[in-house]
Amino acid sequence: MRHEVIEKSVNLMMVLVVLAVSIGGLVELLPLMVSDETTKPAEKIEPYSPLRLAGRDVYIREGCYGCHSQMVRPFRSETERYGPYSTAGESVYDRPFQFGSRRTGPDLARVGGRYSDAWHRLHLEDPRALVPESNMPGYPWLNEQMVDPELVTAKLRTLKMLGDPYTDEQIEGAAAQVDGMTEMDALVAYLQGLGINRSNRR
Amino acid sequence: MPAFWHWFVAVGTILFIIWCIWLIGWSARQGPQDKSDADLTGHKWDGDLEEWNNPAPKWWLYLYFITVFWGVGYLIAFPGLGNFEGMLGWSQEKQYEAEQQAAIERFEPIYAGYAEMEFEALAENPDAMKLGASLYASYCTTCHGSDARGAPGYPNLTDGNWIWGNSEQQITMTLKQGRNAVMPALAAALSGDEAIDNMVTYVRSLSGLVEADEAAAAMQPKFVALCSACHGMDGKGNQILGAANLTDDNWLYGGTAEDVRYTLVNGRNGIMPPHGELLGDNRTKILAAYVYSLGNGD
Repeated sequence: MRHEVIEKSVNLMMVLVVLAVSIGGLVELLPLMVSDETTKPAEKIEPYSPLRLAGRDVYIREGCYGCHSQMVRPFRSETERYGPYSTAGESVYDRPFQFGSRRTGPDLARVGGRYSDAWHRLHLEDPRALVPESNMPGYPWLNEQMVDPELVTAKLRTLKMLGDPYTDEQIEGAAAQVDGMTEMDALVAYLQGLGINRSNRR
Repeated sequence: MPAFWHWFVAVGTILFIIWCIWLIGWSARQGPQDKSDADLTGHKWDGDLEEWNNPAPKWWLYLYFITVFWGVGYLIAFPGLGNFEGMLGWSQEKQYEAEQQAAIERFEPIYAGYAEMEFEALAENPDAMKLGASLYASYCTTCHGSDARGAPGYPNLTDGNWIWGNSEQQITMTLKQGRNAVMPALAAALSGDEAIDNMVTYVRSLSGLVEADEAAAAMQPKFVALCSACHGMDGKGNQILGAANLTDDNWLYGGTAEDVRYTLVNGRNGIMPPHGELLGDNRTKILAAYVYSLGNGD
């Protein structure tokens, strides 16, 4: 067989490329998809409450992941500043996970409880009111936009279908929990719950 | 990792490496082995531009083999083949623990040395205060500002006005356990816009911002009933509760009539988060001394 055979047949090349790439995937990805370490929730990790779920989606919609990571790496310089390093079991309910790849702003994996709710509200509305040198944009419209209860219910149903352990009562009660809440309420609730499963800060 | 997946990864990886070696060797034997028996590919561009089907250079071929053998060496030395831990016994956790241990051995004696010093002397030690400034920059600037002058609702640490007190014990407690300063909403208790307006004027008159008219002065019994439990009969505040002194010109949430009105109607909830676990005893003491030095300098 000479290389022209592969080079001149796009179908054969396609099959061989897929084959070559999937061997790496089978060995590297497949075991992680079935391992306890990566699929079972870490201690005290619960599926998102309806309000926090809505907040998580605001976080994604506004592109917070573009500047904030949620992944404390196992280096002293990181754990000193942010708290204990992240483990896989802490992200099992994140679809998609919010590890991020860039830190224009600080890591948020353990931001829960570090600041008060009032701090977050003011800071999200106008970051420079609190941190004059901040280059984070303000998100004042979050105070005006309301969370859609029906949408949250539908999201919970979908997540249940994907395997997240929501009970029927939780799904039925979801709409009432987010009714009348602003997106600001939801985002602050989301942030305040990040990483609080580990009480030992370092 | 369960046994099945351990073998799946280990055998899969080893077979793949063997296959790579075979593939490189096999493909190197295809086609011309030497430039002398190379032929034209038959491609022709622009009438006279042709392409030789030369063998790949040998150094390039060797690079492939080198990367494969590097990979084999790596898998022997480091974890990679399923549950096999590697001959070096390296792991991410162990590396982190070693890094942590090295830092403790290097820095803890320094922290401990400073922590043994007397609090006020520590606050005047320039080296300790450099350390304090770096701790402050890491943990405090987001709320209190990089210049420590605070923001509305977040106390200025440089003005010598101590809401929760400035003794070593008080600052240490603020840092370690955090604080929660609760001002309740008093709209209901004051019943009516006029009463609220009069109370605003009365509160502001305590520090001389305005002159209390007759109606405002008449709020004095209400002040005693509603406010004095925390702010004191004379309005000078109470450091045990974090209740602000209302008679000075220091207004955490603003001193305009509008600000004071908002505070009265809606209440305030000032939270300083706890940092004891994050900092540990020795560093807390250094940081406490630094904060003390900020508000007690010249």
